[in-house]
Amino acid sequence: MTDYSSVIPAKAGIQVDEASAMALDSCFRGGDDLIFEELAPPATRVRGYWQSVLYRLQHDSVTLVFAAIVLLIVLAALFAPLIAPFDPYKESIVGRLKPFGWRGHLLGTDELGRDVLSRLLYGGRVSLSMGVVPVLCATLIGGMLGVIAGFLGGRVNTAIMRTMDVFYAFPSVLLAVAIAGAMGGGIGNGMLALTMVFTPPMCRVAETATTQVRALDFIEAARASGASTAAIIRYHVLGNVLGPVFIYASSLVSVSILLASGLSFLGLGVRPPTPDWGLMLSTLRQSIYVVPLVCAIPGLAIFITSICCNLVSDGLRAAMDVRM
Amino acid sequence: MGRYVLRRILYAIPIAFGVSVVCFSLVYLAPGDPLQTVLPPDATAETIAIVKHAYGFDKPLPMQFLIWLGRVLTGDFGVSIATRRPVFLEVTDALSNTALLAMFAAPIAFLTGYVMGVVAGCFPGRWLDRVVTGAAVMGVSLPNYWLGIVLVIVFAVELMLLPATGMGPSGSTGFHIYEWSSAKFLVLPVATLAMIPIGILSRTTRAAVAEVRNQDFVQTLHAKGLSEWAVIRHVLKNSLPTVMAVMGLQFGYLIGGSILVETVFTWPGSGFLLSKAIINRDVPVLQGTILTLSLVFVTTNLVVDLLQSLIDPRIRRG
Repeated sequence: MTDYSSVIPAKAGIQVDEASAMALDSCFRGGDDLIFEELAPPATRVRGYWQSVLYRLQHDSVTLVFAAIVLLIVLAALFAPLIAPFDPYKESIVGRLKPFGWRGHLLGTDELGRDVLSRLLYGGRVSLSMGVVPVLCATLIGGMLGVIAGFLGGRVNTAIMRTMDVFYAFPSVLLAVAIAGAMGGGIGNGMLALTMVFTPPMCRVAETATTQVRALDFIEAARASGASTAAIIRYHVLGNVLGPVFIYASSLVSVSILLASGLSFLGLGVRPPTPDWGLMLSTLRQSIYVVPLVCAIPGLAIFITSICCNLVSDGLRAAMDVRM
Repeated sequence: MGRYVLRRILYAIPIAFGVSVVCFSLVYLAPGDPLQTVLPPDATAETIAIVKHAYGFDKPLPMQFLIWLGRVLTGDFGVSIATRRPVFLEVTDALSNTALLAMFAAPIAFLTGYVMGVVAGCFPGRWLDRVVTGAAVMGVSLPNYWLGIVLVIVFAVELMLLPATGMGPSGSTGFHIYEWSSAKFLVLPVATLAMIPIGILSRTTRAAVAEVRNQDFVQTLHAKGLSEWAVIRHVLKNSLPTVMAVMGLQFGYLIGGSILVETVFTWPGSGFLLSKAIINRDVPVLQGTILTLSLVFVTTNLVVDLLQSLIDPRIRRG
């Protein structure tokens, strides 16, 4: 199968129909065995790889619906100052721990009389960025290390990957808690801890993909035709590694939101009085005997966001046809 | 076989060493001097020097690490700053309580998740598969600390059927697993703890079963006239290595990652000990707990790898 992959330049710019685009793609990823005849039929509908991904996404209504919900949550957090009915920091002694709908407080009030809905909207800003920022950082660092390890191989690979193995020896929650706890909590330290948790698995994904691509003949062909290492990595390796890395990163977002809220829940993430879903859950937990339903609300927000992110990530994976 | 086992065990040693390096350096991640918690704020320079010498902080870092490692290897984790008890005792007591939870949560989670995954994998695309896949996604996305709170609200606050937190009036010493008065404290934490592994396991099992079913040998089995049940038996056997690897990982998570659930239920386990140590800035307990938990995790992974090689000869040869 690899005999033919060297004939075809890297996938950018090739215009073929959807089926052969997919076939080509799995060819580069070292997927199913294919024979050349399958690539041959003339194109009736002209479509590239990304166009076919988009096409599949457009016809996946489940993913679209959940993506819309994620977008809605992000927008709600972004425009919190415009939407929020109350000041999220405004305390009230008489209005403490009130049920849903009490004097215009749609979702009730917390133990200091602050409006839960407003805090939820503002809290989304912190919780969502705690979910996305560590994943972005880990993708950059881990992805880079993984590509270097996979492409250079040998001692460099051993050094990088064995170091990562050490961090694999910690359960993710434990590692996050240990680092954040040792550094003393706070938003920045929490993000740093989560970045350190996600870097090793990200590195492994990038390393595996790079090693697979590196073994294919078209890399050798590129080198034979005089391409520099930097050019090979830039044009031939990254294009094929980005898919798996992107999909893995998208699946990490929901994990990161869960872990970040968990850290805040333990008092290791966001510090009061900043509104954050995990922190709200932790302070409201003391009041489950007074207003049980109000206490469950922040966790529900975490749950819904996390489940939507997961389903969108699953949909993207199916559309991009990436096997992990 | 023997060579594989030996290689795998030898490979675990540098990992364990790396883990101890990370645990040791945790103290130095903390802002400020690690002695801050021990010393009164008005200590004179002379006192500081004496205490520094007593704790060995005046030696170079690699020396300090070797001394610490030597003590740890002999089971001496130091003394808790908060309770003055040996850290080793604190950790082993807590770990036995965590293991108690895991012992109940693991079989429940593994059995439920496995059965769900097999059912879904055998009927891909049908409604049963959709239900299981949906439930699995929910299980994976569930913040288990929140689930714990919800369960407490339903079963302890509203229905008043089960106790909300703790291990009973006499703590872990008076805990008898065969008596309902004690065992009822287990129900909610175990149910909470089991939920995430159920989701993850049913997802992986479904994927593994579906993948094996697509292999050529399954078609051959069908073609030579084997009954549906006999074919499924073959499929299950071939999907087992993947499933077992995930089970092992999840068991490790049940032990090492239970800090959130234990905090919700104030269950006196290792995770709860850890969160107390963080709040009190009790460095010896922090180091000891994290080191013990991660070594348990490494050992679990080792055992699973060895078991896997027993089932699947391909792993030994590769």
